[in-house]
Amino acid sequence: MAGSRSFNTRRLHSLLGVIPVGLFLLEHLVVNYFATKGAASFDNAADFMGNLPFRYILEAVVIFIPLYFHAIYGLYITFTAKNNTSRYGYFRNWMYLLQRVTGVITLIYVSWHVWETRIAAAFGAEVNYQMMADILSSPFMVAFYLIGVLSAVFHFSNGLWSFFVSWGLTVSPRSQRISTYVTMGVFVALAIVSVRTIFAFI
Amino acid sequence: MSDKTIKFLITRQDTPETAPYEEEFELEYRANMNVISALMEIRRSPVNAKGEATTPVTWEMNCLEEVCGACSMVINGKPRQACTALIDKLEQPIRLAPMKTFPVVRDLAVDRSRMFDALKRVKAWIPIDGTYDLGPGPRMPETKRQWAYELSKCMTCGVCLEACPNVNSKSDFIGPAPLSQVRLFNAHPTGEMNKEERLNALMEDGGLASCGNSQNCVQSCPKGIPLTTSIAALNRATTFQAFKNFFGSDRV
Repeated sequence: MAGSRSFNTRRLHSLLGVIPVGLFLLEHLVVNYFATKGAASFDNAADFMGNLPFRYILEAVVIFIPLYFHAIYGLYITFTAKNNTSRYGYFRNWMYLLQRVTGVITLIYVSWHVWETRIAAAFGAEVNYQMMADILSSPFMVAFYLIGVLSAVFHFSNGLWSFFVSWGLTVSPRSQRISTYVTMGVFVALAIVSVRTIFAFI
Repeated sequence: MSDKTIKFLITRQDTPETAPYEEEFELEYRANMNVISALMEIRRSPVNAKGEATTPVTWEMNCLEEVCGACSMVINGKPRQACTALIDKLEQPIRLAPMKTFPVVRDLAVDRSRMFDALKRVKAWIPIDGTYDLGPGPRMPETKRQWAYELSKCMTCGVCLEACPNVNSKSDFIGPAPLSQVRLFNAHPTGEMNKEERLNALMEDGGLASCGNSQNCVQSCPKGIPLTTSIAALNRATTFQAFKNFFGSDRV
């Protein structure tokens, strides 16, 4: 096998964060945005997604296996770091710290979110507009969802930046700087989409 | 003679095993001092700020012109060379501490062996030894020589490892400096003939992939070496190398 196990695992971690987990995140945010067009519109879209053929295989291969591999290996990476932003307060060092912090928040949030929606669905609950409206009727859960979703979106956007570096797509300082602007633009755009979606349920 | 003084707070440690402690020193101000000349002053009369006789502070030095890397230490929170740390430009009290990323030998002297071992690990040299004269090697384009020269300024001082959040006791990351040396030797027209060996060494455990892109290294390097450009360039090179290793290649 090419390289060592840790080289391959780390590269796989980087790849899976974007394909398929990042793509799934985009799909999820887009479909949820139907909530801004009313309950019926959201239920229709949720129903379409929930009744896709090969649903269980798609869920496992596109979502759960890569997501939890990325999350658990990511936790390991997080705990091998010794953060030093107090001594080296450079922009990229802060982004490095934020990437790890938002990763951990996202893992906690996503696990809870899966429990509350997908696992609940497996036990017979129906995933629809009303379900989300009920969850978001508590101000605590609104805060939890806002923090969780914004963390996920930031982690994805900034993760795209490091994905481009890790695979050697952006090499020069200028390309990395432009990549910072582009990925932060992605963050702002996705943040608007996700916050609007959350408030559509309230 | 002026009555101005310079205050030092020095983190000291008597042996590699004993606990570190702080000691304060106060010196008479002289114009144009640097941290090294101040430490020499302390060595000449090792008396701390309380007026007690103490042991002279141990540190390493060699070239005194920021090309050897031996006098690296943490000065007012930033790792840098003591020889180019001018007293007039430092906030007082001046805090000196060893670069704790490395094993402390005594006081400010640390053991940077891991960096020299790393250079051996990644084969940071050009193998030209043989039993007969191979003649001149291929020529290097001038534009390439110019950027490669910047990489060759690395003095193995250890500042980038000290600044890196991924070089610590929980991680086996080799650190930025030896990575950039692979780019240097792979850029050399003769060194290029062995580039696969070096790239494969970088793909071992604790190699290139352990970089987390905090980019502290490039901000901290006293020689201004474009370390993160080297890392990204090597990321690209190892991407291709990984595919070649796995699938084989028309250019073995």
